[in-house]
Amino acid sequence: MGGRGVAALGSSLEAGIGLAAVAPFVAAILAPFIQRFAGAFAGWILAIVPASIFIYLLGFADTVIHGHAVASSMEWIAAYGINLSFLVDGLSLIFALTISGVGTLIILYSGAYLKGHHHQGRFLGFMLAFMGAMLGLVLADSLLALFLFWELTSVTSFLLIGFDHSRQAARRGAIQALVITNIGGMFLLAGAILVYQLAGSWELSAVREMGEVLRGSDLYLLVLICFLGAAFTKSAQFPLHFWLPNAMEAPTPVSAFLHSATMVQAGVYLLARMTPSLGGTDVWTNLLVVFGGVTLIWGALGALKQTDLKQILAQTTIASLGLLVLLIGLGSTYAIAAMVVYFVAHAFYKAGLFMVAGAIDHEAGTREITALGGLAEKMPVTFIGAALAALSMVGLPLTIGYFAKEEMYLGLMSGEWTAILVMIVLIAGNAMLAGVALLVMIRPFLGEAVATPKKAHEAPIAMLAGPILLGAGGVVAGILPDWLGHEVLVPGASAILGRAVESHLTLALDVTSLLLWLSVLTWVLGILVYRQADAIRTVLRRFDKALGWTADTVFDAVMFSLIRFSGAVTRLLHHGQLEFYLVIVFGALAVALFGPMLIWGGFDWLVPTAELGDWSRRLVPPDLAPYEWGVLALAVLGLAAVVIAPSRLIAILSLGAQGTAVALIFLLFGAPDLAFTQLMVEILSVVVLTFVMTRLRLDQRDHRPFEDWARDGTLAVVCGLGVSLLLMLVLNGTLDTRLSDFFTATSVPIAHGHNIVNVILVDYRGFDTLGEIAVVMGAGMAVLALLRRQRKPAAAPAGAEGKKRVRKPRKAAS
Amino acid sequence: MNTVIFRTLAPLIVAIMLVFSVYVTLRGHNEPGGGFIGGLIAAASIAVFGMAAGVNTVRRSLRFDPMAVAGFGVVLAGISGLASLFTGSPFMTSIWFYVEFGNSIIPLSTPLFFDLGVYCVVFGTLSAIALSLESDREEDL
Repeated sequence: MGGRGVAALGSSLEAGIGLAAVAPFVAAILAPFIQRFAGAFAGWILAIVPASIFIYLLGFADTVIHGHAVASSMEWIAAYGINLSFLVDGLSLIFALTISGVGTLIILYSGAYLKGHHHQGRFLGFMLAFMGAMLGLVLADSLLALFLFWELTSVTSFLLIGFDHSRQAARRGAIQALVITNIGGMFLLAGAILVYQLAGSWELSAVREMGEVLRGSDLYLLVLICFLGAAFTKSAQFPLHFWLPNAMEAPTPVSAFLHSATMVQAGVYLLARMTPSLGGTDVWTNLLVVFGGVTLIWGALGALKQTDLKQILAQTTIASLGLLVLLIGLGSTYAIAAMVVYFVAHAFYKAGLFMVAGAIDHEAGTREITALGGLAEKMPVTFIGAALAALSMVGLPLTIGYFAKEEMYLGLMSGEWTAILVMIVLIAGNAMLAGVALLVMIRPFLGEAVATPKKAHEAPIAMLAGPILLGAGGVVAGILPDWLGHEVLVPGASAILGRAVESHLTLALDVTSLLLWLSVLTWVLGILVYRQADAIRTVLRRFDKALGWTADTVFDAVMFSLIRFSGAVTRLLHHGQLEFYLVIVFGALAVALFGPMLIWGGFDWLVPTAELGDWSRRLVPPDLAPYEWGVLALAVLGLAAVVIAPSRLIAILSLGAQGTAVALIFLLFGAPDLAFTQLMVEILSVVVLTFVMTRLRLDQRDHRPFEDWARDGTLAVVCGLGVSLLLMLVLNGTLDTRLSDFFTATSVPIAHGHNIVNVILVDYRGFDTLGEIAVVMGAGMAVLALLRRQRKPAAAPAGAEGKKRVRKPRKAAS
Repeated sequence: MNTVIFRTLAPLIVAIMLVFSVYVTLRGHNEPGGGFIGGLIAAASIAVFGMAAGVNTVRRSLRFDPMAVAGFGVVLAGISGLASLFTGSPFMTSIWFYVEFGNSIIPLSTPLFFDLGVYCVVFGTLSAIALSLESDREEDL
């Protein structure tokens, strides 16, 4: 964009955009209370929030149409240079207006659709929270903020799909959507970090200037895969499309909002946003066109397979998403222009059709297209909404869908074989979508009246506002090509391509132009598809049956094998045999002690290389007073007693004696604090161990088989040796006294304490201590839990062979 | 173990140990001692008391569940660190204030409360473990 400037920033602007970003979340928190208060009017009240955001955002339209962007930035994590920055340009404004505009109608619609549902307030809250996340996503300028909002949309979508959580299908759909879109989220995070590394900025507005750098980098392919992974999962591209039909378990307003016009478009938005940075290469074009094309055809065929109105619409959404991705992949001016117009057209008609489907379900009691007919008489207004939307989907002149189709074809008139191939795919896809549109419009409403589960009547006004306004919008936009061209297409396409784009939309029909005849061909094929819909459905279903598996079953298989795998790992490592845990812990300790010593040559100082005589000097007995020798002897004696003790009780007591000797050593060599603590720990360990022994009803004696004895003994010796060697090694080096000097020097003046050990614990290293005491408490709770389970012998893990339980009165031991 | 001598002397020992534990904790800033050791001493006294008087008596005389005391300790330690945020300094910066009490000046500080938190955690956790090991019946746990 040549004359692209950024409007002057002001604090009011930042406050405004910040408020627009926060308002939906605040409204989401308040929603349940408002619902309880206002009951049936909650929808009307809460719709004020998206409506005012819509109006606020409209205020930017003038600036954006003149080719400027509005930026606002707040400091977020200053230490890493991460800002919470927003950018309003043509692309984000189109998406944001769609989200808030459709959002207003959807909130209204939800108020009526879920009237009397006991969780309606919660539902409205989730919807508003989702809307906030989605607005944040499209307005974010910082890649990290984009990622954050991206994940928020996944989470809120999970909550909404699983809203009817008492049904298993809803829970499954929710988990599936969460898993798939979160995998995409991880891709996005990886991609964002890579882009930051390469381009040196988190800001998308800066990254778009760095396109050459990114495309020229060795990592380009990796970055591309990351972003495509994110976009393809979110926008349900083949073969990751299967979560979207399952997400239809959500209440209809959710499908109309999230799974047609907004959330699933996030991937499309991301690709459009990254076009200047990553687009234009052969890989980009090929991948996007191939995946988009396959998704288009696959989704359109899928739509013809279904008889449930919502499923049909879900499949057409997949097709439309494929179409949008394909258009971004083509990347020419016409293709991008077509993408912008098609996005708007799709938002108009698809959200409308979903709301119609919901209204039919709500009023007639079924969504099965085969069980419906002749509703036009009973629901005339709904029919008008459906017809307006469907005609736009077919792409008749005077609707916005027409221009979208014209623009698509216009870009492919070059006559190359690749262009012709893509053209064939587009015509086939559009024709099938047109056929489906006719199906959705005609089958339920025209023809003979069929008895429906509920006595059908017109839906309430809140549920009609959406389809009618959106349907009418599609037509109004189609009648005003000048407005559509200059105020939608140009700013949107210019923002994606990063250069000025001309609009050439016109209402005039040129009979000599091939373009018109391609459209006519599409319509004719569409009518054919409609006429043969039942036959096509039978064939497709037979084909499905023959195939036997779908992406959905593959997903299930993968998930179940994951669960089995984690179960196997858990059983292997966490089987409840305490002895084995101890062996692992001490084995790991031995490896941790000796591994680094072996790798970095810790033994070098022990083994004198040059003169063997060095040994004698190393082994000089230390100069100790006799009582000090006595204490050392006590420690050794205690240790020996532990090993040869005839009963467990004696061993425990000997261990205590040995520990007390160590405490004495600490005391003699100037660490009274340590000695004090050691002494208390020894006393408590003797008490606790004795009790453990009695509680576990262990035998008085230790009958370990020889293998166990050898294994445990070896581990003990190895670990002990390792710790001793490590200590000697540490003492061998020069002690870095900077820290202890600092503590000694500052303990009294700044920490007011003479006991440096204590001052370190509670002041200098207080944060560590806080963590430690939390761990102490956590460990204590774990011990209590273990003791509590001890009482049920059947559930308790079987003791190792040696530790036979002896059934005798518990008091006997004490 | 449940001899008459032990049962008679135990309350005395426990009382002395408990007082001593507080003393050790409070003097910890300048001389050997501190919350950790104090907590250990107190927990040991509870273990002794449990042996002599039975777990139920100890639990009743403690009034609070030992784990609750431990939880209070963690919270107290955390809050004592938070206090510094009001002075605009980083988390856990120590604050000192001196209270005149008669003729003497008593120094109080956030590290003191932090140390008391440590005392509570060590005391609570270890007493809880010791008591549940000592108790015989399921409902005592």
